Amino acid sequence: MTRAELVEWARDIYDDLDFTVVRQWLAEHPTRKAAGYLPVYAPRELLHATGFLPVGVHGGGDRLEIIRGDAFYQSYICHLPRSVIELAQSGRLDMLSAVLFPSTCDVIRNLSGMWKLLYPDVYVRYIDVPQVPDPGAAAEFWAGELNHLLDDLAGVSGHRPTDDELRHSIAVYNETREMIRTLYALRRERPWDVPTEELYLLLRAGESIPPETFLARARQYLAAVEADPKRPRDNSRVVIVGAFCEQPPLGLIKSIERAGCYIVDDDFLLGNRFLTHDVPADANPVRALADAFIRNDMASSVLYEIDPMGKRNLMKNRVAAASADGIIFATPSFCDPALLDQPMLRAGAETAGIPCIAFKYAENTGQFQQFREQAGTFADSIKLWGAA
Amino acid sequence: MAEALKDRSMVLQKEMIANHFERLAQAPETGEKVVYTFVPGNLTELIRSFGALPVLPEINALQSGMRKLSGEYIAEAERAGHSEDVCTYVKCDIGMMRAGNIGPGGTKLPKPDLLLLSYTGCYTFMKWFELLREEYDCPTVMFHVPYQGDGKLEPEHREYMLRQLREQVIPALEKVTGRKYDEEKLRHHLQLSAMAEDDLVAVLQAGKTVPSPIDGYFGTVYYVGPIFSAFRGTQEGVDYYRALREEVEERSALGLGPITPEGPLEGEKYRLVVEGPPNWTHFRDFWKMFADEKAVVVASTYTKVGGTYDFGFRHDPNDPLGTMADYCSGCYTNLNLPARIDMIVRYIEEYKADGFLINSVKSCNSFSAGQLMILREVEKRTGIPGAFIESDLVDPRYFSAANIKNRLESYFQMIDARRAGRTA
Ligand code: SF4
Ligand code: SF4
Repeated sequence: MTRAELVEWARDIYDDLDFTVVRQWLAEHPTRKAAGYLPVYAPRELLHATGFLPVGVHGGGDRLEIIRGDAFYQSYICHLPRSVIELAQSGRLDMLSAVLFPSTCDVIRNLSGMWKLLYPDVYVRYIDVPQVPDPGAAAEFWAGELNHLLDDLAGVSGHRPTDDELRHSIAVYNETREMIRTLYALRRERPWDVPTEELYLLLRAGESIPPETFLARARQYLAAVEADPKRPRDNSRVVIVGAFCEQPPLGLIKSIERAGCYIVDDDFLLGNRFLTHDVPADANPVRALADAFIRNDMASSVLYEIDPMGKRNLMKNRVAAASADGIIFATPSFCDPALLDQPMLRAGAETAGIPCIAFKYAENTGQFQQFREQAGTFADSIKLWGAA
Repeated sequence: MAEALKDRSMVLQKEMIANHFERLAQAPETGEKVVYTFVPGNLTELIRSFGALPVLPEINALQSGMRKLSGEYIAEAERAGHSEDVCTYVKCDIGMMRAGNIGPGGTKLPKPDLLLLSYTGCYTFMKWFELLREEYDCPTVMFHVPYQGDGKLEPEHREYMLRQLREQVIPALEKVTGRKYDEEKLRHHLQLSAMAEDDLVAVLQAGKTVPSPIDGYFGTVYYVGPIFSAFRGTQEGVDYYRALREEVEERSALGLGPITPEGPLEGEKYRLVVEGPPNWTHFRDFWKMFADEKAVVVASTYTKVGGTYDFGFRHDPNDPLGTMADYCSGCYTNLNLPARIDMIVRYIEEYKADGFLINSVKSCNSFSAGQLMILREVEKRTGIPGAFIESDLVDPRYFSAANIKNRLESYFQMIDARRAGRTA
């Protein structure tokens, strides 16, 4: 497939709020089930091993009219849960037999209770991840949670995986994360060859298809990129921070790129690479998954930061790792984790002399002119400072 | 007689709080150690057993709201880059700190020797102490209280909390105070907690009497003040709740209504259950809107954020660490939505309420996300229409007196109409 064909394939999946690919998969696998997970981190390996098709539930973006969702949420709550409720209330998520609600924030937490009431036949679990990297109590707790989840999921799917099957799922997701790291590294090195719009669509498609299919498509994409090199431009290199849960509309990503910015790192769809290292695929699988989370060095607004200097240093480190010139804090309106973190992150960035701008969006924002202008001015000023 | 007794509990509370803030102000000189922690999931008995003094930043924030200082504090925090979208308690606290950290007692609050981050029922707590940690050079210890996602305390979650207490929290307190963990002392404090809790529950449940001798929301936020803050597990706490219980029982025996800022409320007309925290910047005006209509809140959920005692839980000195885990897990905002709905329905039934109201505050996703669903479910299960109003905790910009008053007046008219319909 060519680059354009792959991007169109991914765009179709992204645009399709009826989740046709999920429904097709279910039709082709009549004994299997699909399970949803909300942002940010959910142990997809367990869904995969118990026979579910893991499906990311990321709201309806700017492609969904909210008719019922607003009756569930006050105006001062972010947009994501109302579009998730809209998807569900309009029957678009009725193929999900289970939905996992990670401890990303209290909005998603409370949505788990709403789901229990609205959809009593669906398996619902709040995923309370450990907050401190303590190899003792926290690792034990998390292993217990994973075992509990595994038992429950096996009960719903009717398939209790063997340790080997669990290890296989771990290996598949190791490969997936490795692939995403490769894509991110390539974009970092040659952002002109891997526009974020394309990368983002590919990863969004990956949220609705089996990981094996995603891997195959991603390999094709890598090959297509090599076959179709682009010319570098004199763009500024920016890191996007704050968009880990409610996703920005595609138009916003495009606007930033078209304004003269190469996005060289971001936290879109962060759950798909939350574990930064491979999970050992030759050990006790549940324990290995638990320990991998505890040992993980992902720093994110959704986890407690144990290092008192952590918040202050994070932006400096990320900008250095991405060889970026500046940071765009792009945050969903009313997003507690992102907005409460921002003063700390921004102070650290500014102390390190990193140029920053900040704006808020909602997933259904339709006007991008203002973002484009802001990002354009930012990109220009970075070039000016850089040349000074 | 009742007035004299009422004075006694109020005087006691005033004295206790004044003494506490005085001790806090003196702490840099006396060397008493200071532990900042949150109301839900506070481990006051444990802190006290180490001879340390607790500071509850939410209490400081709400006091700033009542003293009309919060608007400026919030503005200060927003000027410093804090978003207008997030919890105003946090911004009020940060603004207060920047303005010199003068606490509710009018004296300077000491810096924390330890930030005890009891992560119980609210995500924002984690960020709040990350933010404070940027300002204070002191250790932080995290205590993760798992959320009751499935509506119950799971045994593994309890075990996890016990291990954290033993392996993280107690060692952190030992290090900061230089004292060894003393279980006997802890038991002693827990014993005192249970005594005060018995009396508090008698006060809360007085709301079941018709007419109610207490206001279970506006009045009760004062009543729960000592037990939610520094005084659980202290003799002062025990004395206060004993005095309060006597007063309330006296009022109940005499068939009297609650005391309001406008004086005693007689002729109770509406009995309500309220969900959600109050607004603090216009607390008296808000209360008056109810009192003027002779509406009495007979029970509320907010008064359970610092502990849910009215369904039987008491701190148990025989299981010191286990009981603290049970306590934390049961705090209201750590309960899932179905459990919150069950609680409201139960209150409506047991307290013979004829209405319920949700005060949805902009600040608090923990409380507010899902409240419209709570409204519908409670209506469905009780057959009683509810009222929904919006305000904020300590941001005066979000209290629209006229809107709220209108909403309440129509709601009371609706209750009248329903009554008329029933008797017709
Ligand atoms: S966008 Fe932010 S506040 Fe909203 S659900 Fe996601 S993490 Fe929570
Ligand atoms: S979000 Fe709610 S529970 Fe959390 S600190 Fe703010 S007011 Fe308190």
